[in-house]
Amino acid sequence: MWSTVFPYLLSGISVGGQYALIAIGYTMVYGILRLINFAHGDVFMVAGIIMVYMAASGVPLWLCIPLVLLLTALIGFVIERVAYKPLRTAPRMSAMISAIGVSYTLQNLVLYITGGLNQIYPTIPWISDSVTIFGATTKMVTVITPFLTLALVVALVMLINHTKIGMAMRAVSRDFETSQLMGIKINRVISTTFVIGTFLAGVASLLYFTNYTTVIQTSGAMPGLKAFVAAVFGGIGSIPGAVVGAFIIGIAENIIKGLDIILFKAGIVSGPLGLATFSDAFTFALLIIILAVKPTGLFGEKITDKV
Amino acid sequence: MKKVLAIVLAMMLVFSVAAMAETVKIGVFEPASGDSGAGGKQEMLGMQYANKETPTVEIGGVEYDVELVYADNGSSTDKAPSAAQNLVSEGVSVVLGSYGSGVSIAGSQYFADANIPAIGVTCTNPQVTAGNSHYFRICFLDPFQGTVLANYASKELGAKTAYCLGELGNDYDQGLLTYFKQAFEALGGTVVTESFPTNTADFTSYLTNAAMYSADVFFCPVSIAYSTQIVQQAASQGATFPILGSDTLDSNVVANAAKGTNVQVIITTFYQEGASPEFDEGFKAWLNEDAEAMTNNGGNDMISAVSAMGYDAYYTALEALKAAGSTDSAAVMAALPGVTLTGVSGAIAFDEVGDAIRNSAFIKKINNETGDWEFVTEQTVE
Repeated sequence: MWSTVFPYLLSGISVGGQYALIAIGYTMVYGILRLINFAHGDVFMVAGIIMVYMAASGVPLWLCIPLVLLLTALIGFVIERVAYKPLRTAPRMSAMISAIGVSYTLQNLVLYITGGLNQIYPTIPWISDSVTIFGATTKMVTVITPFLTLALVVALVMLINHTKIGMAMRAVSRDFETSQLMGIKINRVISTTFVIGTFLAGVASLLYFTNYTTVIQTSGAMPGLKAFVAAVFGGIGSIPGAVVGAFIIGIAENIIKGLDIILFKAGIVSGPLGLATFSDAFTFALLIIILAVKPTGLFGEKITDKV
Repeated sequence: MKKVLAIVLAMMLVFSVAAMAETVKIGVFEPASGDSGAGGKQEMLGMQYANKETPTVEIGGVEYDVELVYADNGSSTDKAPSAAQNLVSEGVSVVLGSYGSGVSIAGSQYFADANIPAIGVTCTNPQVTAGNSHYFRICFLDPFQGTVLANYASKELGAKTAYCLGELGNDYDQGLLTYFKQAFEALGGTVVTESFPTNTADFTSYLTNAAMYSADVFFCPVSIAYSTQIVQQAASQGATFPILGSDTLDSNVVANAAKGTNVQVIITTFYQEGASPEFDEGFKAWLNEDAEAMTNNGGNDMISAVSAMGYDAYYTALEALKAAGSTDSAAVMAALPGVTLTGVSGAIAFDEVGDAIRNSAFIKKINNETGDWEFVTEQTVE
């Protein structure tokens, strides 16, 4: 039984960790700006494309990785300054439309540069190596992802709870205008949020594309959507919620893909039921159920509207 | 005086028309983006090369310049109609394409309504030409291809269990899976079929499923973008079963993905490099001098079968135009059923449905050391 379930669990934990890193970006931006940054998944894809082109142009890999992370963070910063900051006082819907615009701009820019051809992600040594654990063969990156994700989340939580900028972030997310009156430099806080969010998306892209090595302009769509679902699932605005939500979704979708064979080996069914087809449908159905039972998500705070 | 001027002007008009070469437009209905973008581009390369080689055609005693009009159907059935409408409004005489049966079917009705004939290049699903008089095709069909692959898997590879994977809602994938299943089960094998949603990148669980079912072959007639993922993930999982594919996998992009791994990839296809040395040589020379063409071919000068088919499709269109003796699309449609020619991929003639009469397919596999396609055998099904 264990040997049947384990490979799916492994895939699930790995992809869940990658969703988690993307989901943090959604949830942090939402927590502070009440904005759903639809371009986040595309920033993740652009990070992958930058890596492909940088490695192809002959930059050594050890230099590529920090450069890609830096550039991705820079892109997040620029997007916020260009597309969201001018709309700070506009209705929230305008900023959201602007986010959709950024998303399409990035996708079409990449379509133009790559000509729509799928790009093969460079092989990063060591983490691309195959390993066998408990009888399941996989890439090293699959094993590393959950640990790296947890380490980054712990670091992020420390940053938010124990530093000055973290305190400012918490204040801004609590009450935008009051914190401005208290002398917090709002724009700096928001920029920092975007830089952290996109930096984590950059890390996620390194891990994700090392595992699934093809990058095209729509590569960010599905992981972005799943991460968004994870953020809502865990309670949007909550970082631990996003991480837990991401792991649940990653594991659930992979278990569903293998559920036929698991049930078959356990002797519960006699033939395939064709459940694998419903892996995504199940993920989203789960979301609907959670939201129907607990509208604020797993870890979401109860919103009290101030008069 | 006025009369003389009028005559001179009239003469000038006549001569200028005569001097200005007439143009005939051929529509290229291909994906330049999306999942099948890479394959579509390679198919277009064949047409572009043929157009460079023979840029004019004599129709009814007049020399016409051939202009290729491109429309990107984006590999998606919801973008295909607008691409087809673009071609119709451009006033093309005949349409070539598309790579991918789903988009061909999606665009088909617009060509039918405008009385424009279409020549399918590598769309292998029977539904493309079935029940209409305007869609023709120059390649073999999926029932044939599925049977060839099932025979090869069962007889040559000795497979008992086959794991089949296709994209949800993709007519091409699902069609082939059905034909493969029918043929393979008729040969006494067991088939497990699963489907994945569009834009999937994570195939690890499907590969695990195949291993759990102790499959002897993994059959995935999917787009290039998915097949490269499957090949690489199979390599990192240490998969022992060979991966069986259809004509869509015949691309150097897939060969590159399998290079340096232990994954066996075996496919059926339309053309094998070396079948027409003259075409091979000319095409390679063209790729090597045209940097953009080289990029669209995936960065090297390996010849994809779809390029050879694109080349043959272009000449089929020229033959049809010659036979019609007019650029009128309805006349071309009427002339097409009678067109025959010997292309680089073999003899081309149409049956009453509008399908090419072909009974053999090439089987080839990837050499994991060099990353090249190697010829295995030519399979005929009676």
